[in-house]
Amino acid sequence: MSLRNSLIVYRKELRDMLRDKRTIRSMVIIPVIAFPLLILGMAYMQAHFMGTAQKEVAPIMLQGGQDSPKLLAALRDFSGVQVVPYQADAKEEVSDKKIRAMVTIPKGFDAAVSIGHPEQVSIGYYEADEKSELAKEKLQKFFDDYRNNVIRAALAARGLPPNLAEPFTVQSANIVAPSKVGAAMFGGLIPYLIIIFCFTGAMYPAMDLTAGEKERGTMETILSSPVSRTDLVIGKFLMILTASVVTALLSLISLGASFASFKNQIMSATGDSVPIAINPSAVAAVFALILPLAVLFASSLLAVALLAKSYREAQTYVSPLIFIVIAPAFAGIMPGVELNWKTGLVPILNTCLASKEIISGTYNWGHMALIFGMTCVYAAIGLAAAVRMFNREDVLFRT
Amino acid sequence: MIEANNLCKNFKDKKRGDIHAVDDVSFTCKPGEIYGLLGANGAGKTTTLRILATILAPSSGTANVAGFDVVREPQKVRAHVGFLSTATALYDRLTAAETVEYFGQLFGLDSATIERRTNELFAALDMEEFRDRRCAKLSTGMKQKVSIARTLIHDPPVMIFDEPTNGLDVMAARSITDFIRQCRDHGKTVIFSTHVMTEVEKLCDRIGIIHAGKMRTEGTLDELRQNFGKDSLEEIFVEVSGDAR
Repeated sequence: MSLRNSLIVYRKELRDMLRDKRTIRSMVIIPVIAFPLLILGMAYMQAHFMGTAQKEVAPIMLQGGQDSPKLLAALRDFSGVQVVPYQADAKEEVSDKKIRAMVTIPKGFDAAVSIGHPEQVSIGYYEADEKSELAKEKLQKFFDDYRNNVIRAALAARGLPPNLAEPFTVQSANIVAPSKVGAAMFGGLIPYLIIIFCFTGAMYPAMDLTAGEKERGTMETILSSPVSRTDLVIGKFLMILTASVVTALLSLISLGASFASFKNQIMSATGDSVPIAINPSAVAAVFALILPLAVLFASSLLAVALLAKSYREAQTYVSPLIFIVIAPAFAGIMPGVELNWKTGLVPILNTCLASKEIISGTYNWGHMALIFGMTCVYAAIGLAAAVRMFNREDVLFRT
Repeated sequence: MIEANNLCKNFKDKKRGDIHAVDDVSFTCKPGEIYGLLGANGAGKTTTLRILATILAPSSGTANVAGFDVVREPQKVRAHVGFLSTATALYDRLTAAETVEYFGQLFGLDSATIERRTNELFAALDMEEFRDRRCAKLSTGMKQKVSIARTLIHDPPVMIFDEPTNGLDVMAARSITDFIRQCRDHGKTVIFSTHVMTEVEKLCDRIGIIHAGKMRTEGTLDELRQNFGKDSLEEIFVEVSGDAR
């Protein structure tokens, strides 16, 4: 083995790649341009639709209540909803989204309330339809307020203090550091994205440097030079690893930058005013933890793509692999999936879970060393497989 | 100098089972000599030459190329061989000069030698005009010249050509045959494969006719004519390849 030869191959592949428009597109343009647009677009859309939905004066229908003028008057004065004349098909109108909700008021409601006889008002709405749910919430609030007013009036009539009905209040507030909130919110997403981008970033060059070379006829040219096959595969592997890491880094930077610049829009859209932060050094630590995974991806993609005769064939081998990567990475985002001795054995998933812990500020060195070590072993196996493949004539000259 | 001793190469094929692509092939090719390997498609020419260039390893037998054994010292063999075939393409996104430089580096030359050799070769092959043009943008003839420069950068004593004129037009093919002749005149050991009789008649000092992996007959053109009692190489070739069918 000669590092000098591997580096010669690496430098050439790097130059070759940088001149390839397809690489630049998949490695730079998509993460750098698409991410800010996507984030900004999402924030804008959410703000826009949430805004219009909240501003809407929801049309509702009342069933009954003709004998309860007090309640009717209060409802008409309530600005959140607009009472439209009742029709027999009110239920269908809700499901057809013509009105947002229907309220059924029992007979003699006003009278029952005045003598303290408990009655039940029901609200019919469309579950999971955002506008209908908003109308339901408004109505709920209206009836809560109405009930409190009834209580206060009753207390006043008996000469009792109004706070008798509410002897104490409850207040809740976030008391955790912004970085912890950010970790809980995005802790799973960050390793997921880094892992996916490491993989997709390695995919294209892995196919181009193996099956692509066979297809273009340059494989035989390079094999006729004195560079050993091991040096050649190491050079190619280093190039694929570079592409993988650079793609993941660029995506992460772009994502972080667009998140930072549009943070306010996103937060105002979701109505959360809790400050959120992501600790950059934790993200860097996650990156380090994922690095052997990138080695594993680069080497196994290299080994698999080398089997193919053409770029197109390589795509059919490589594309399904992305699901093998996404499934455990996605499982890592799921709530309740925590690092234990079982999940710790699953590659990719264990890295995801350990990363989640790192981002939330928990550094369990034992876990991390074990997972890092295990992934390194997998990576070494992948690299050995790639080297082996490159030394097999039937793979190199498959016809 | 090339000395092939009982070279065999077997492939496993799912449908056809074991294939003896090269079956006990031996021959010798001396410096300052052009050895022509003649055979139909699939006769075993390419496999034989790939073994000599150490791109493939022989199943049994061995060969000595430029003083090194193809089985034990394949890297040293490659360092002393120039290998050119129609299958050896160029990197589209490298320029002519970068291609030659890359191979110079892979052959372990220092940058001063690479620069000197590149300048010599580009002048000799009249390539200055497209020195910094990318290979994708070159004509077939220009690409051929880049390939020649690429094979010659380390000034190898042995040249191996696998059907070098296949698919080329008359002018490009002619520049290749001229180049092959020059290699011989510079005292290099040259072996080349083809199925074009006229090329063999014009160029080769010695001829080997290979069929179904076996070396059927060998000798100078005159020897072959005498042995077979025929004047035309094509007739000889048909007789040699035909009787096996």
